[in-house]
Amino acid sequence: MESAKMQAKGHATSPLASFLQRIAARGNWGRRSVIGVPYVFLVLLFTIPFLVVLRLSLTEMDGVHIMDLTSYVDGAVNIRIKLSNYIFLTSDALYVDTYISSIKFALLNTVICLAIGYPFAYFMARSQASIRPALLMLVSLPFWTSYLLRVYAWKGLLDDNGVFNNVLMAMHLIDTPIKMMHTGFSMMLGMVYTYLPFMILPLYANLVKMDLRLLEAAKDLGATPFQTFWLITVPLSKNGIIAGAMLVFIPSVGEYVIPELLGGPSTLMIGRVLWDEFFSNNDWSMASAVAVSMVVLILIPLVVFNKYQAQAGSGRSV
Amino acid sequence: MVITPSPVAASDADLNFLRIDKLVKLFDDVAAVDEVSVDIAKGEIFALLGSSGCGKSTLLRMLAGFETPTTGKIKLDGVDIATLPPYERPINMMFQSYALFPHLSVWENVAFGLKREGMPADQIGDRVEAMLSTVQLKPYAKRKPHQLSGGQQQRVALARCLAKSPKLLLLDEPLGALDRKLREQTQFELHNIIKKVGVTCVLVTHDQEEAMTMADRIAVMSAGRFMQVGQPHEIYETPSCKFVADFIGNVNLFDAKLVEDEADHCVLAGEHGSFYIDHGITGTLGMAATVAVRPEKIKLSRTPPADAAHNCIKGVIADSGYFGSFSLYRMALPGGRKLQIQITHEHRHIEMLNDGEDAYASFTPDSLVVLTS
Repeated sequence: MESAKMQAKGHATSPLASFLQRIAARGNWGRRSVIGVPYVFLVLLFTIPFLVVLRLSLTEMDGVHIMDLTSYVDGAVNIRIKLSNYIFLTSDALYVDTYISSIKFALLNTVICLAIGYPFAYFMARSQASIRPALLMLVSLPFWTSYLLRVYAWKGLLDDNGVFNNVLMAMHLIDTPIKMMHTGFSMMLGMVYTYLPFMILPLYANLVKMDLRLLEAAKDLGATPFQTFWLITVPLSKNGIIAGAMLVFIPSVGEYVIPELLGGPSTLMIGRVLWDEFFSNNDWSMASAVAVSMVVLILIPLVVFNKYQAQAGSGRSV
Repeated sequence: MVITPSPVAASDADLNFLRIDKLVKLFDDVAAVDEVSVDIAKGEIFALLGSSGCGKSTLLRMLAGFETPTTGKIKLDGVDIATLPPYERPINMMFQSYALFPHLSVWENVAFGLKREGMPADQIGDRVEAMLSTVQLKPYAKRKPHQLSGGQQQRVALARCLAKSPKLLLLDEPLGALDRKLREQTQFELHNIIKKVGVTCVLVTHDQEEAMTMADRIAVMSAGRFMQVGQPHEIYETPSCKFVADFIGNVNLFDAKLVEDEADHCVLAGEHGSFYIDHGITGTLGMAATVAVRPEKIKLSRTPPADAAHNCIKGVIADSGYFGSFSLYRMALPGGRKLQIQITHEHRHIEMLNDGEDAYASFTPDSLVVLTS
């Protein structure tokens, strides 16, 4: 920063130098740039693409040609905003059903991940401090292989002539293969498998820093181990549960790869519909409307929830 | 080791209300608590005093049920509780950090223990109200712990413990988290509340002032053992060993040999003259012992006292400090060691001795203590 300042003084005429000088003069240059990075990132990679998609969803298409929103003809500015995509979205049962089904699967995934992840994280947080890094490593180990590969690997296990069916048949436990692939079961298995670490890690981070004396205090006041867990540990880990649930639920709603590879005709997910609109129907406008409504559907409850959280938790020490 | 029985017991049955019998706790073959035995009377406030790592906290945690004794018994009101889990013991503990539940209000914190024992809701309400008014926190019932000051949090913690009417109250460094000014005020307040409720109490502290003002009896602990158990004045005035004499307050220690030992007096001789003590010690002549004298029991004069044959040491004032109600002197003795002397200012006009001045330190035969261990 010091050198930037000196340079700025040396070439005070150049626009960059005067810009730097102005910022340096305002102070907090380092602080501003650190805060600025995430904002720049969000604007470039979220806000602008979202606006592009939003615009697309409101535009008429001429074949594959995207038409302008405004036109200037005979001294009049014409603005044509197409709302039919959104009207169609709410009126066509396919989209409504798919949204509901996506949210159902995402919720189910969140609940299962929580049910498996909580004991997992609890065990990790209460294990000896010396083995915790190793356990953390095991949880994050799957990230070392490609997500696509890992999901694909389930295919080999669950197929009609996959590993599971072959073993069961070889043991003469079954005569005909059990249909596991392309069912709700195979898709949920893949979802839970993929998203479990995202539930465990925030829960672990929360549970590991819990003040164990609070648990002793609860026992001291007559709470049985189960009561201590339910009345103290669970409420105090609320923030971890929320963080884990968000990290699992939000990407699950729009999940595409897992329903595509492991799901079947019965597992309607919005991600697949989106893909079909874009690449099978080539209806970019409609596809964009689907995408926008998905973001809005997830964002609105999130914003409401966050607001409620901020009110309830203002000034909380834990 | 000397154990003085409790001064507060009304009857023999009350005298051993809490009986700790040969209690041992080993951590990886190291004894944190080493064969500790003591009887604590009903209604007594008993302090475990020691520096960190002396085993006082381990002992307290065994009473609470957070640690299991390796061997030994804990009997409370005639029932052996050593193997009971904490939630089945009629004992409540106030933690050093208070351990208030941050997600619950003051009211809910105090009610927590009562709900666990299945008390009807209306009774819980009355009890919580009563406890909160005892600790003068009624207007704060709806607050969360983080909205309270340190002193208020401490009182909530106390109310939460007392709400269950425990047979035994445990306090872990009760004033440790408070700042100095608040401590002095709180220690009397806390003492008064506990005495008013009449609950038997064991407290752990490393602060001798806290132990002295709060407790009926003090156990001085070192390396997992009790060094001395007695009332505060006994611990201070008649320490049983060098460790206790040195640990509690300031003391001057002299190595000496026993040269005369009668029923009504004894004489010990050391490097800095002879010490005449007004009681016998039934020792063997020639044995080594330590003579202890507290700084405030020493008189300082420019001229030698009338009887300078015993209990008088000549030296040079090395440095001094004026503290208002008293002055501290350090007097250099031949051989280099320094004697600590505290002179109380009873009169308004005082005459300080100057640094570098020759002076005589003298003490009466009843102000000395002979320590043989």
